[in-house]
Amino acid sequence: MQSIVHVCLAGLSSGMFIWLVASGLTLIFGVLGVLNFAHGSFYMLGAYFSYTVLRHLFPNFWLGLLLGPLCVCAVGFVVERFFLRYVYRLALPYQLLLTFAFVLIFDNLVKIVWGAGSLTPPDIGFLAGSVPILGRKFPVYNLFIIGVGPLVAVALWLALERTWAGRIVRAASSDREMASAIGVRVPALYTGVFVFGIWLGALGGGLAVPYVGLLTPGMGETIIIEAFIVAVIGGLGSLKGAFLAALVLGVLSSFGTRYFPAFDMFLTFILMAAVLLVRPQGLFGDAR
Amino acid sequence: MPDDRVTGRLLRAIAVLAFVAALASVPLFAGKFVIYLAMRVMILGIFALGYNLLLGGTGLLSFGHGAFYAAGAYGLGFFSLHLSPNPLLGVAAGIAAAMLLALLIGFFSVRSTEIYFAMLTLAFGMMVFSLIWNARDITGGDDGLIGIMRESIPLFGGVKISISQDSRYYFLVLFFFLLSFWAVHRIRNSPFGLVLAGIRENAKRTEFAGLAVRNYRLAAFVISGAFAGLAGSLETLLESNARPFMAHWTHSAEPVLVSLLGGIQTLTGPVVGSILFVAMREIVQRFTENWMLWFGIVLLVIIMGFRGGVVGVVRQLADRARGPRGG
Repeated sequence: MQSIVHVCLAGLSSGMFIWLVASGLTLIFGVLGVLNFAHGSFYMLGAYFSYTVLRHLFPNFWLGLLLGPLCVCAVGFVVERFFLRYVYRLALPYQLLLTFAFVLIFDNLVKIVWGAGSLTPPDIGFLAGSVPILGRKFPVYNLFIIGVGPLVAVALWLALERTWAGRIVRAASSDREMASAIGVRVPALYTGVFVFGIWLGALGGGLAVPYVGLLTPGMGETIIIEAFIVAVIGGLGSLKGAFLAALVLGVLSSFGTRYFPAFDMFLTFILMAAVLLVRPQGLFGDAR
Repeated sequence: MPDDRVTGRLLRAIAVLAFVAALASVPLFAGKFVIYLAMRVMILGIFALGYNLLLGGTGLLSFGHGAFYAAGAYGLGFFSLHLSPNPLLGVAAGIAAAMLLALLIGFFSVRSTEIYFAMLTLAFGMMVFSLIWNARDITGGDDGLIGIMRESIPLFGGVKISISQDSRYYFLVLFFFLLSFWAVHRIRNSPFGLVLAGIRENAKRTEFAGLAVRNYRLAAFVISGAFAGLAGSLETLLESNARPFMAHWTHSAEPVLVSLLGGIQTLTGPVVGSILFVAMREIVQRFTENWMLWFGIVLLVIIMGFRGGVVGVVRQLADRARGPRGG
């Protein structure tokens, strides 16, 4: 019982990181119709920028979390405004490969700037230590992450469903031409949504700094696959689906690592293939 | 104008002959390293040529062809380690393994198209990767399958052809490369290839014309998987090992990049792309470690400005030089 609870908690906290990356990914796909291969790289950039803020500027967790992802947003703006914008009308391979080019570029730039080896984040003492749960210790920071995930989910839902800006985003996502006809500046809106989606991924990276223990230039490549799986299982474009799928996947792979260590990755892919075979559009996706 | 067509055909035949002669003479004058690179180009070329039957032919974007490459590699590896070291039988075993896997994965994947097809093939490909990675007892895990020997090819009458030297193995690779090139050319121009092109242009109309679109997609998928398996088994013979990263999605992206570099809608595009890809990697790596950065930038330039790839751009220039044509 005790170990099952702990495995679940560990799975929930790792699922939250996948959710943060997948939320931006699925939001961008839902509105812009582009699947962003580089989203994992933005997660990585978020982690590295936050690390730099913590190590060289302010050893304060919140400032790192604020400034790091903001810098990544600037990068995201350049990507959308000067590159991505010109491929929306093109066929799928071009869109995917454009974002893949940015994966190559960012991963390599990180190696140039921060070195190819792994970096240990500075110990800033934020929520360090652990609390006993059912007689076994669990890191406080992981509990904090388990709290942040749903908070972001609720905030996103409120922003999309209850605000004027959210209504415009939904309008543009369901019919670009019509939104444009009633006076929405669609290109600017696309830039905004892309940058916001990037911010979500970079926020995940910033939050990961105290969690992962080591920053490596390849850290974006692992999480992007998991985020893809989550976004596809939940239904591309569906935030609700991505949230649920991230939880399920986090817990499942946590159990996998604990009880079938040889097949933890394998289980994930089986789950995705199974869902797609039964419901090709994902759990909460629109049938298109 | 019939005269033009005859000259065109003659020119093309001469170009093909010159190309083959140039390739065949590489081991005569080139050093070891160039021979090795030429083999890498041809192996990547086979991979990309077959892949492009699917992408350029039907418009389906697969991110899982690394799995079939790996199936060819491990198929040959297991066959030569446990059954028979005959390289030709090993290659056949590799192709058979790749086709079986492609049939299985394709059966589930071709129901979807567009982005879902890309994601499904990505998932299945990574599934194969994680199986190879984790089944350490059978596949050697992250060390890969090692110690695969390049034995002589036995012919009838007890004659054997040794291929243990790179300059000899080169001709086997060249043979399979030319065979693949010819086969892909024939497939593209066959009635089957025309149906694939029809599916790419308008799947619904092709369906209404009474053709089972899904079966055609599956057939194209399996055929392109066979070429991937051939390339994988040839690489395994070249490097004498099979590695799990052959199945990784970043390797699956390689034929896409190569096709795009050379030009998706052409027969020669994937070959030209392979030459550029290998040459660029070697040249850039000589001066800097940051090969990925430069390749990413080249990719950006191609997507933003030259979507026909190198072959497309050259053709455009040639057309312009020739001036406006009637008809």
